[in-house]
Amino acid sequence: MAYGPKVIDHFHNPRNVGSFEKGDTKVGTGIVGAPECGDVMKLQLKIKDNVVEDAKFKTFGCGSAIASSSLATEWVKGKTIDEVLQIKNTDIVNELALPPVKIHCSVLAEDAIRAAIADYQKKQVPG
Amino acid sequence: MKRPIYLDNHSTTPLDPRVLEAMMPYLTDQFGNAASRSHAFGWESEEAVEKARLQIAQLIGANTKEIVFTSGATESINVSLKGAAEMYAEKGNHIITVTTEHKATIDSAKSLEKHGCEITFLPVDTFAMVDVEAIRAAITPKTILISVMHANNEVGTIQPIAEIGKLAKEKGILFHVDAAQTVGKEVIDVNAMGIDMLSISGHKIYGPKGVGALYVRRSNPRVRLAPIMHGGGHERGMRSGTLNVPGIVGLGMACEIARLDMSKDREYVSGLRDLLHRKICDALDEVHLNGHPEKRLYNNLNLSFAYVEGEALMMGFKDVAVSSGSACTSASLEPSYVLRAMGVGEELAHTSIRFGFGRFNTEEEVDYVAKQVIETVTRLRDMSPLYEMAKEGIDLKTVQWTGH
Repeated sequence: MAYGPKVIDHFHNPRNVGSFEKGDTKVGTGIVGAPECGDVMKLQLKIKDNVVEDAKFKTFGCGSAIASSSLATEWVKGKTIDEVLQIKNTDIVNELALPPVKIHCSVLAEDAIRAAIADYQKKQVPG
Repeated sequence: MKRPIYLDNHSTTPLDPRVLEAMMPYLTDQFGNAASRSHAFGWESEEAVEKARLQIAQLIGANTKEIVFTSGATESINVSLKGAAEMYAEKGNHIITVTTEHKATIDSAKSLEKHGCEITFLPVDTFAMVDVEAIRAAITPKTILISVMHANNEVGTIQPIAEIGKLAKEKGILFHVDAAQTVGKEVIDVNAMGIDMLSISGHKIYGPKGVGALYVRRSNPRVRLAPIMHGGGHERGMRSGTLNVPGIVGLGMACEIARLDMSKDREYVSGLRDLLHRKICDALDEVHLNGHPEKRLYNNLNLSFAYVEGEALMMGFKDVAVSSGSACTSASLEPSYVLRAMGVGEELAHTSIRFGFGRFNTEEEVDYVAKQVIETVTRLRDMSPLYEMAKEGIDLKTVQWTGH
């Protein structure tokens, strides 16, 4: 399969690879996918005053899955939680020019964003 | 542009220059139809075809009259299964084969199933090996054919062909062997191994594409196959169609070279394969060999690199042509059915890479590929959440995954 130039760029130069401390109350962690499906994404957002200050990811998956999560970390930075939740998988598909068989990679990235936000919000509830 | 290093020799092989040289006259001046009996053009083509028949027969211990030319192993397999099912329909309708066969066999069998045949697909063990006793137990009075591949094209496991042949003879059942991966690599003797039909491919043995052969036993028993290609009655009625003379000459030459160089090829190619395996295992942990550790094709190395996905690996290897059992590389989006049949977990099936060596690979290429593999696996593991979790001591099997 031939890859688009943006997928290749993100694959060879992934942005924001790494991990934050999972227990940090400012950090929301989203882990989605399953090893037997061939892709697992971990996306972490560091949030302060409702704004994503920093983001990191680690992904097990094909080049398109890595590119989708790398792109997601770029897009979420500096955005408010509400803005982040506006990011749609179709935006990722368009930006990376993903072929139909790779659309699930973008869905996974959107799911990871939502899971990370949900995890962060759960941590903010006192108790 | 620099061409990638070719390590996909199970898929196809480059044409040996000696083969091309043998073919050239038949692609140019000597264009006659081998079936033309009335002039020199036909005679010289017929002579070339008969020489090729002998070269093939010598490689597998057969008689020249037992070689039928086809368009490739897929056609040979189709004729063997469908032709036998039709010809021996009065005797029975049951065929025994194996779940890890090539799709040419699996799908021919499934097609026959739709037309009233009963097919037993036997499972394999974790090394992709079929159990001869399971074949024995599957035999019924209606069984007319056993079809087993000599070596698996993905994981290289070599089946106990001689034992199965002995069983088939004992029970009076025809035995077809798909030898696309082993002809010219492993010693094949159709008589000693009790083989009644044997499918051969040209382009897997440094010959041309679009040509193959089928060995069909002529005595003890005399095997008869209904043709699937009807027409002028070529190849003793088993396969009509004007003979592909240049292709046949190439196939013959490829067989002769393979016969003469068999031990040299084995020593050289297995040396390269073992060198890559050693270099990779010295540098990386959690690399699993798929297939049988000893009973395997000497040019096959199928490895699973835990925690990194196969398609991403291939994308990371610069200028290396290999293949993967990962779902992402197949149209079906499902991981290799061969690895699944062996009980390799889907999570490991997604991480598999098949390295297929050939006589034209070099040690410098192995050095380069080893470096690429080690660098890419290391880089991708550094960005793999699974590797991170495993290093933290988390048992991935106990994690509640979300799936999708």
